[in-house]
Amino acid sequence: MANNTKGRRDFMGMALGGFTALGGIGALYAMKRSWDPLPSVKAAGFTTIDLAPAQDNVLITEKWRGKPIFILKQSKKMMSKVSDETKKRLIEINGAHYMVAVGLCTHLGCIPGYDPTDESFLCACHGGMYDATAEVTKAPPPRGLDIPPFKIEGTKLVLGETGPEYEQMLADGTTMPV
Amino acid sequence: MAHFEKANSIGEWLDQRLAVNTLKRVMQTEYWIPKDINFLWAMGMVLAATFGILLVSGIFLLMYYQPNIDTAFDSVNYTIMSEVGYGWLWRHIHGVGASIVFLIIYIHMFTGIYYGSYKKGRELIWLSGMGLFVAFSAEAFSGYMLPWGQMSYWAGMVITNLFSGGSLHADGLVEWIRGDYVPGQAFLSRFFMLHVLLIPLAIIGLIVLHFGTLRIPHVNNQEGEEFDYKEAAELYKAGKVKESKVIPFSPVFLSKDIFVMGVYFILFFYLVFYHFGFAMDPVNFDPADGLKTPAHIYPEWYFLWSYEILRPFPTDPGLIAFAFAQVIFFMLPFLDRSPNVAPASRRGAFKFWFWAMLIDMIVLTFMGKLPPEGIWSTIGLVAALAFFVLWIALPIITKTEKKL
Amino acid sequence: MKELKIFGIVVVFTLALYWGVEPFAHGQMHKHVEGHGLVYDGSADIEEASKEKKEAKKAFWADVKKIAALKGDATAGEASYMMCAGCHMDGAANMGGVTPPSLDHAGAIYDKNFLIALIKDPAMATNVDHKYPNGTMAHPMGSVSAMVSAPQDIANVVAYLQAKKAGEVTPKEAFTEACGRCHANRYGKLTQLGEVPKTKSNIKTGQDIDALKYAQKVATEQAALADYLGTLPPDLSIIIRARSEHFLHTFIENPQSQLAGTAMPRTGLNHEGMEKVFAYLEETGDPSKPLREETGPKVLLFFFIFTALAFLWKKAMWKGHH
Repeated sequence: MANNTKGRRDFMGMALGGFTALGGIGALYAMKRSWDPLPSVKAAGFTTIDLAPAQDNVLITEKWRGKPIFILKQSKKMMSKVSDETKKRLIEINGAHYMVAVGLCTHLGCIPGYDPTDESFLCACHGGMYDATAEVTKAPPPRGLDIPPFKIEGTKLVLGETGPEYEQMLADGTTMPV
Repeated sequence: MAHFEKANSIGEWLDQRLAVNTLKRVMQTEYWIPKDINFLWAMGMVLAATFGILLVSGIFLLMYYQPNIDTAFDSVNYTIMSEVGYGWLWRHIHGVGASIVFLIIYIHMFTGIYYGSYKKGRELIWLSGMGLFVAFSAEAFSGYMLPWGQMSYWAGMVITNLFSGGSLHADGLVEWIRGDYVPGQAFLSRFFMLHVLLIPLAIIGLIVLHFGTLRIPHVNNQEGEEFDYKEAAELYKAGKVKESKVIPFSPVFLSKDIFVMGVYFILFFYLVFYHFGFAMDPVNFDPADGLKTPAHIYPEWYFLWSYEILRPFPTDPGLIAFAFAQVIFFMLPFLDRSPNVAPASRRGAFKFWFWAMLIDMIVLTFMGKLPPEGIWSTIGLVAALAFFVLWIALPIITKTEKKL
Repeated sequence: MKELKIFGIVVVFTLALYWGVEPFAHGQMHKHVEGHGLVYDGSADIEEASKEKKEAKKAFWADVKKIAALKGDATAGEASYMMCAGCHMDGAANMGGVTPPSLDHAGAIYDKNFLIALIKDPAMATNVDHKYPNGTMAHPMGSVSAMVSAPQDIANVVAYLQAKKAGEVTPKEAFTEACGRCHANRYGKLTQLGEVPKTKSNIKTGQDIDALKYAQKVATEQAALADYLGTLPPDLSIIIRARSEHFLHTFIENPQSQLAGTAMPRTGLNHEGMEKVFAYLEETGDPSKPLREETGPKVLLFFFIFTALAFLWKKAMWKGHH
């Protein structure tokens, strides 16, 4: 077998192999796209919540993208305890302050329970605690409850859309992108 | 525990533990294939590739398909076809693949019949291959149920009714198969199970068996020539590739297989993108309705010949004829009494038998789809009778065949 | 060469097989109906009518022809149209089985002759007179005869529709107006009452009360339709894949031609209307078409090159073997 024939064989084999791999990448792209969340799932990722009926210190639970959302209107008394730094966590509409957060413990994702007399959240899974602004007060949670992307429209919040107030929170490092 | 030396390369490390070099030699570089073959010998690998494509596309369909009589139709026609990224592509590939795989199976079968590749020593190749044919038929039928359209429902109704055994009235058996009085939720769930688990497992097992049966008798060649493989292999290894009658499976035989596959894929993907209607019956885009039978019902094209064997006769003889048609191909190695392993063109009367059988099956296929009226019924009946006559004639004409 | 001959034989048998089970068989199975190029002059109706009805149909369509020749006055037509708008309005109620459809684009999507015929005698125009043995004016729209019946009046209303109720129409609007009162399209999120509204579940019970209320309204509307038409007209989400384009085209043009005795009225779509309705049917029934047409050539090109490379590789591998 002459060497140049062997060389040609190897070259053609490798050209074919390489080209096939190219097709393989195309197929993998299609497979990746098939694994993506469906458009209907994405489109359903917006929830509008009216904050007008909320009452002081009464926890409201809503649902957004399958997750519980906590809404807690802060009373005057509660606001007096809030530092300027934690105040950044609250959403202000017409002078009233609201805590709006994803109701899943930032430790491992259990749902904390709210005690209105104590004005604090306790996660039963590992004992993590949060105050009424959903800032963490006792480990193991690494940070306060995450704030979902929101946009203010009058007295309503559209969860899933990003408004300037939410962008500010992200810029301040008050919350992490969800 | 065996003693292991330190390996100097990944290849060596694997070889120590898996004997990859031996495997490669036995399965590829020294798996000898006769040189005197044509592209029809590539159909086996084409089938294997098609099965692979069906498997992969099936996996992606499975991620969003819902085996529920209320949601199955929309999960296929809406979710998969319009929501899942490239879902339509998987479905078209799966539908076209399921249809075209039978074309290749039939070509593969008739190649075997033409060249006498089922003869003494190779009976198990034929039998395991027929096993695969049956398994693929069951796979195709069960898959056809899943979109739960009108054709799914009514094919399910009609085919399961065959098991009542005509005047035996084994209605209990039919209900047992369906798990209901009519095809319903239980029916859909169990056919879903069969389609995605049990039958594919059987197919994979049968493919392994089918490959295994090739090993000892070796692949047939164009002239049915018998020769010493050992000698031919030695010749090849000594570098006399021109004089040798064999080639290694890999890479020489495989290089031809892959070229044939390329040609096949051009046809395949042309059908997937531009001409898929033949494989996806329009009637099945109407949701299943247990109170309305479609005006024309017919099986997919690959079942038409056996359907037509059932149709022209009254219930009981029809069922017997149908049962006969299902098993008779299994008997081929035993009904062919001639010792000759040669292409049909050199086998006297068998040559006519081969072409008559092929044409008869095509005629049956045509008639199976046409409405059973007038001249079509008559042609169908004649073709069905011819099918039996041919099988009865086979042992006789082959017994008297001259030894080559 | 021998190999090419064998390949030729395989191809010939495969093509014969294909021809037999597809074009030939389907040609035998379905009756062939010629379209009329969307000309609504009643010739098909007269041809297929029974002996006793033939003369009445001839006279009817001759009258339509006469009215079509009149010059309509759109301004005068507007006043008469106000009577139409009493029923054909947003939020109209079901009348005798069906809710009167919106006429917002009637001038754009319907044929002029058809509109004239429809106002003159709805049952005759839509070719469902067989459903009204006691007189065609028993049709739910039969009351029109008490409002607009003089030839000039009819011509005026049609002129008004063509002048003011035309304009740009989207595929979805065309479908909703021409088909949507009887046919749902669930993939397009349309019911007989129009677009399915967005609703929200009650957080405490998990039940979507508004959706349930809407479902009930739709069910009531569908029951009325089914009583009126004898059966609930099918959802048209993927009808584009369930029937051939030719069938749909001729069926919409004159339902009786494909399905004698059907309760489906002729809709009188003109070319633009038909085009738009088909565009919508394709949108909901074959949404992958654009991507399919974009991907197809790329995949085929890939396999052409793949095959060419495989051929060269094969040639290199087999060198010296023969």
